[in-house]
Amino acid sequence: MDDFYREEILEHYTHPHHYGILECPDISHEEHNPLCGDRVRFDIDLDDDGQTVKDVRFSGVGCAISKASASMLSDLIVGKKLDDIKALTKEDVMDELGLNLGPVRLKCALLPLKVVKAGVYGLSGDADQASDDEAQDDW
Amino acid sequence: MLNSQSIRADFPILSRQVHGKPLVYLDNAATSQKPEAVIQAMDDYYRRYNANIHRGVHTLAEEATAAYEDARRKVGRFINARSPREVVFVRNTTEAINLVAHSWGRANLRQGDVIILTEMEHHSNLVPWQLLAQTTGAQLEFVALDAQGRLLLGHPTPPGSGHSLDHLLAANGERVKLVGVTGMSNVLGTVNPITDIARRVHDAGALLLVDGAQSVPHLPVDVRAIDADFLAFSGHKMLGPTGIGVLWGRSAILEAMPPFLGGGDMIKSVGLLSSEWNELPHKFEAGTPNVADAIGLAAAVDYLTGLGMDQVHAHEQDLAAYALDRLAAVPDLHIYGPPAIERGGVVSFNLIKDGELLIHPHDLASILDHEGIAIRAGHHCAQPLVEHYGVPAMARASFYIYNLEQEIDTLVEALLKARHIFGLP
Repeated sequence: MDDFYREEILEHYTHPHHYGILECPDISHEEHNPLCGDRVRFDIDLDDDGQTVKDVRFSGVGCAISKASASMLSDLIVGKKLDDIKALTKEDVMDELGLNLGPVRLKCALLPLKVVKAGVYGLSGDADQASDDEAQDDW
Repeated sequence: MLNSQSIRADFPILSRQVHGKPLVYLDNAATSQKPEAVIQAMDDYYRRYNANIHRGVHTLAEEATAAYEDARRKVGRFINARSPREVVFVRNTTEAINLVAHSWGRANLRQGDVIILTEMEHHSNLVPWQLLAQTTGAQLEFVALDAQGRLLLGHPTPPGSGHSLDHLLAANGERVKLVGVTGMSNVLGTVNPITDIARRVHDAGALLLVDGAQSVPHLPVDVRAIDADFLAFSGHKMLGPTGIGVLWGRSAILEAMPPFLGGGDMIKSVGLLSSEWNELPHKFEAGTPNVADAIGLAAAVDYLTGLGMDQVHAHEQDLAAYALDRLAAVPDLHIYGPPAIERGGVVSFNLIKDGELLIHPHDLASILDHEGIAIRAGHHCAQPLVEHYGVPAMARASFYIYNLEQEIDTLVEALLKARHIFGLP
């Protein structure tokens, strides 16, 4: 249990980074996990080039795992190119979290990534690609 | 080459006796026997990690969820699906086809639309479409068979025969919305050329549903290669337990379909008046699913994969060829269906002379039972097909990986004994 809810996770949970909403975000996307009721929204502002994340906020309700995952992910994507965000994998998120989760809790941990990728792909008019990426992960 | 002798040791039931004789199980088209590995896998689930799935976060629930979703992935790889999301667990082939008829059919069919089936379909790929036709006003058309029990696909058809697939597609044009065909006849053993059929059906702008109840357990089936749109099959005919089956569908088509049954696990969010559906495949899996039997099916898939489906098919073709050859030695024995090279391990026959049954198949089956031999007698849930041959019933022997040539010898001896009992020379 010490391992599981280690300090870093709890720290992100109690003091999440980039928590809140943006006024007029370039990207805003929300999804929820029907299994446990987690709900996550990401707002993203882009640089003038339209390709780089300038600022990010996330909001929603969720467990410590999903919130910590969202918080860590927000750190990860600030300053990143959209193409790099599209290339993020579930392993990248799990490396950040440093947790070994079963399939049920994995859904909690990966919801923020799903939201961000769906938002980014949605901007480029390629929303289906997000679920294709996820479908690849299903194997 | 399969080593059927060593395979037999994996199947506890095969060591039992029936009426004091060793069991000769030749009713595999009805259901297969189960290897120890399948029985063990389900036993293990109930003894060690029984829990409901997808919701709980405790260890048992995590383990059960992982096992259930692993089963989906295994089944998906077995048929070369593009994603496990295309794999929907249902009770059996019948439920899978009913799901498509109910969900896809009611959303897409209008009065005057046409569904094309064939004269060799099992009732499971017939009755759901009859129900759909009654509620939507769609009409059913049927591809006829040639004298060898093969589907008529192209023009021109022999004089006096029924309609070919090409004829029905051309005559009904855009009104044809779906074609449903069995991958392999459960009566005649005919293996249908699904890739060829899929091309004709898609050229006409319709969808293709394949009833894989007999083909998936016995032949290599690759959904990308055959290019079908739906494939339905049952676990219990492929070494797995009863109560678990699969609907595979192209994800874009499944996405666009409304749910089949409503309830838990198939929703994303629920209000009092309306709800949002869960993603694939869960949209079609309302309620607590059959976790134990999905795990059993995965063990069956592992077992078959270990043998190699090419080897399974080759073994059954060898047995069918041997059976056709040996049965020819029984006087008045008529075999239905195509030559061995075009069939799987299914042989239906009658003792018949001048159009009259010498021994009714039910009597044959009872006499064979007393010799320890299990065969099937009746219309095999394909009444129109059996009637097409002008008989009320047929006897059927069907083979699987554990059957031996010497069991066919035993069958032939028992048939000769049946003739003797009925006073036939």
